[in-house]
Amino acid sequence: MLTIKRVPTVLSNYQEDSGEPRGCGRNCLGKCCLPVSKLPLYAFKSDARPEISSSGVDEPPSDFFLNGLLLGGWEDRMSRGLFRYDVTACETKVIPGEYGFIAQLNEGRHLKKRPTEFRVDRVLQPFDPAKFNFTKVGQEEVLFRFEAGEGDKAGFLESAAVGDANTPSVVAINVSPIEYGHVLLIPRVLDCLPQRIDPDSFLLALHMAAEAGSPYFRLGYNSLGAFATINHLHFQAYFLTMPFPVEKAPTQRIPVVKGLSQSKVKVSKLLNYPVRGLVYEGGNTLKDLSDVVANSCICLQENNIPFNVLISDSGRRIFLFPQCYAEKQALGEVSQEILDTQVNPAVWEISGHMVLKRKKDYEEASEEYAWRLLAEVSLSEARFEEVKAYIFEATGLESEEEKSEPEENKGTPQQSSTTVVAANRFPEGCLVLQ
Amino acid sequence: MVALTIPSIGRRAENTSPPSAAAEVMAGCSLRLIEQSLTARYSDWIAEALDEIQGCFLITDPGIAGHPIVFASHGFLAMSGYSREEVLGRNGRMFQGPATNRRSVLEIREAIREERTLQISLLNYRKDGTPHWILFHLFPVFGVDDGRVAHFVAVQVPIPRRSRSLSEARCGGARGRLFGACRNEVRSDCDLGCNLASDLFVDVDNRGLEAEESREASEQEKERASDAANSILSALTQYSKLTGRVVSSKRCRVAGISPLSSSLILSLGRIKQSFVLTDPQLPDMPIVYASDEFLSLTGYSRQEILGHNYEFLNGPDTEVEVLHQIRQSIQAECACTVRLLNYRKEGSSFWNLLHVSPVRNASGKVAFYVNVQIDENAKSEGLGLSPHMRQLGVVGAVKVAVRSLSLCAGPSRPSS
Repeated sequence: MLTIKRVPTVLSNYQEDSGEPRGCGRNCLGKCCLPVSKLPLYAFKSDARPEISSSGVDEPPSDFFLNGLLLGGWEDRMSRGLFRYDVTACETKVIPGEYGFIAQLNEGRHLKKRPTEFRVDRVLQPFDPAKFNFTKVGQEEVLFRFEAGEGDKAGFLESAAVGDANTPSVVAINVSPIEYGHVLLIPRVLDCLPQRIDPDSFLLALHMAAEAGSPYFRLGYNSLGAFATINHLHFQAYFLTMPFPVEKAPTQRIPVVKGLSQSKVKVSKLLNYPVRGLVYEGGNTLKDLSDVVANSCICLQENNIPFNVLISDSGRRIFLFPQCYAEKQALGEVSQEILDTQVNPAVWEISGHMVLKRKKDYEEASEEYAWRLLAEVSLSEARFEEVKAYIFEATGLESEEEKSEPEENKGTPQQSSTTVVAANRFPEGCLVLQ
Repeated sequence: MVALTIPSIGRRAENTSPPSAAAEVMAGCSLRLIEQSLTARYSDWIAEALDEIQGCFLITDPGIAGHPIVFASHGFLAMSGYSREEVLGRNGRMFQGPATNRRSVLEIREAIREERTLQISLLNYRKDGTPHWILFHLFPVFGVDDGRVAHFVAVQVPIPRRSRSLSEARCGGARGRLFGACRNEVRSDCDLGCNLASDLFVDVDNRGLEAEESREASEQEKERASDAANSILSALTQYSKLTGRVVSSKRCRVAGISPLSSSLILSLGRIKQSFVLTDPQLPDMPIVYASDEFLSLTGYSRQEILGHNYEFLNGPDTEVEVLHQIRQSIQAECACTVRLLNYRKEGSSFWNLLHVSPVRNASGKVAFYVNVQIDENAKSEGLGLSPHMRQLGVVGAVKVAVRSLSLCAGPSRPSS
């Protein structure tokens, strides 16, 4: 049986109690407490048209409502000592180089806890109520509910009874933050959804990005096998007032002969970046864009391909990265030097924001190191093209490349007829020790 | 869907689209601010001098909240189809549209933040909604006295489609003729077996342009941009000597207090509440930033308070114990919330719910303290958040801004 020791990240103060579910005196987010509680509620305008007008709002005033609510709440939780450390006391810098990778020295983020068994070879795993999940989180960690409203304007209630009418979605703090303002968006927390993308939840995440209105507030998603640490559906988000390296990378549009023209969604390939990925933009409505990406993710899930998603530019640009690092790690194919830095390449790392545990690694951090680490995460060109083909087929697209003669950037015809290696290269029962 | 009746969020949070933002900006004394932005530094004759320069260009002021346009040349207005009133006071992003390349938008945003020159091709939109390609040449103009960016200048040179003759490509031409030319262009491109998917040409008029990923400017266009830039810089430099507030294309090293970067000031300027930043590294911990709302609340002008210690708000009946408590918190690098009696410039007093918090920069060390004031008797804004939450929101926004913006002190620059 293959095992990998992975350095865990603690997301909630209650994570350590994963073995013993507490009773409902704790004011938690389970069915015992939540329906009879009151939480602040932010109801966004839910019409299908993009939240942001086409002339493109760049950045709203800093007292823009949602940001004030999120940051004010976060600062309040800081003053109440709910975080494991003060992330603003962690030194951070831009690594000199062409792309400007961002490195942070953070010794407190990776705290040891007793091991939990967690398979790394399956992207889809059923929800296990015995393991840690967000219903066990205390309500003091929740900032507000974030749900679609009925009116034609956004609305806010400082204290709204949850009731049992709806499936509340919440925004909670991440007690081991990667940056100031790091939160978790947990769609329909009571439904106990496992970590897997579905169209409604993805749309909720896009709405949050659009509602925050700042290109510096991004959301991210890690599938199981791509360094999600908790098998309960959640997205992460935080502010960083700088471009991420991946956002600066050039892209090349993939010409599509049919399928996308109605929704006007544009798909491009990421170029000159250590991790291969697809970039989705455009769309007549937020839902159009959301559905294309969600369906792409579902395709990957069903083919057992781990992946990460970055939602950037206020929901206007979405990056999809299929990855294979965990697999390589399990098979001993990653160099020890890279393994020693103990960086789990999840969505933020892939986007260019690296949290380093050792001072030595932080001081010596170079663009070359970042590139080498991320190159291990990426699918090979041949494999990426295969995966891209699955995605296109699943989302009903036909790219021009498939129709016409092979072009320069497609690779040699021989590569495309390589035997399709099974997505799951592990023997049965591969485990990760956390 | 949520079944509750939920009060709508106030107008400010709602209206992020440019027309409403403009309405807010233009209300009050902002119009005067726009006018004075140029005349205060370059004298009353600057508008005339700029009008004599050929070309399409805009001048913006990053020191005014929202980074508005303070000047638009005749050529620009003709090219874009807008009137002067429709453009002044608004932000340059109003000319972007659905097919404007998002990466280009990112590059412009970053060039502004890093206070440097940028030249890129960009798809902009005219008032009538038609898109057009321009070579966008942006450069900062620094004040010699304080080293800050006084203005940004954005020169724009239309980039015609290559295979057409220049006369057909003039953006100022009649709309019908322009589109007629587009159609012909498209058909001939298709005949030549162009690579673009046929789907994209179903509706010809704008899609052809919007389908282009980019359009390279020729050397001639780049030269036109540089020439215009030089003329504008020359005029600004010359006229700035008349007021003594001289400018230069290069940032000059300033002795004494290093100024807050204009990107930080821009970020802080978006926070519409009363607060100040003080610098604990400097003797007597002076105020280095004060919001407009602080000035309104206390009655002081910016010049009167920058560089001074915050204690001028205290007076005879201010409790000494509370002051001591604040000092202790600062010593311990902790946040505190207190209630104390403060005094306005004209002598009246008010109960101030004051929150003081350390703010760290990217090195992890305390760079500033932020002091957020709430006048206890002031009418609440009614946006749904309690006053304390709004105070904390200010602290959070300041922390994000200071931490992130001190990050870009590194030498990293993306290559184009």
